[in-house]
Amino acid sequence: MHVLREEFDVVAMDFTTAGEASATIKRLLKKLGVNSSVVRRLSIACYEAEINLVIHSMGGKLILTVGAQDVTLTSEDVGPGIPDIDLAMSEGYSTASEDVRMMGFGAGMGLANMARNADGFSIESKVGVGTRIEMVFRLTDAQKTEGAV
Amino acid sequence: MKLKEIQAILNARGLTGEENPELEVQSACSSDMMSDVLAFPKEHMVLLTGLVNPQVMRTADMLDIRMVVFVRGKQPAEEALELARECGISVLSTDHTLYNASGILFMNGLNNNVKG
Repeated sequence: MHVLREEFDVVAMDFTTAGEASATIKRLLKKLGVNSSVVRRLSIACYEAEINLVIHSMGGKLILTVGAQDVTLTSEDVGPGIPDIDLAMSEGYSTASEDVRMMGFGAGMGLANMARNADGFSIESKVGVGTRIEMVFRLTDAQKTEGAV
Repeated sequence: MKLKEIQAILNARGLTGEENPELEVQSACSSDMMSDVLAFPKEHMVLLTGLVNPQVMRTADMLDIRMVVFVRGKQPAEEALELARECGISVLSTDHTLYNASGILFMNGLNNNVKG
């Protein structure tokens, strides 16, 4: 059962609005009363995904699905795709331009950081088509702890 | 360490006009790479940086960072300060370099619980 499903468009190379979707998602989850440690992990992963959409894709979207047991965050883009996912997942590897690095991003930490913060992580990519990342964050454990007597 | 202490130690000035002097931090992170800040977050952290674009505030907001110190006397764009006010982030600016500002805070006890 889905409690909520929202989609957020992310524009390529627009650093003025970069992060707005993640900020909105963070506020939404807080409003829904999601455990603060889950909100924090999801916010970090979400922002990493959003920045990746801005700097690497030709545009994409973030899809937030809140269920009774977990929250799923999906990032979908149209773009160059990733030729070697294992290499892209390794910390420090980046194809970001010098301009992007000047903005403070592109250190090659993004995908690994998303995987580290999520409870479930999967990535599919097709060169010349785009990339889809799905991250799952469990609500149940946190809620059990919070609700424990 | 409280904001008012950090402000005094670093001879820093407030930039948003809404800095909370009693705001307390327990750890610090110094970097111009927001990617690194996102990868190694700590609780109740102050961020020291020489990067002045609005993404600094976005990054801080995502990590629940409530205090940012700009180094080398850098002045961020009004857009970044406006975002800081929206997010409730206290912003300081010091003339010290990133290295010196970090060292001064470390020597004054903000040492991320490093022993020895």
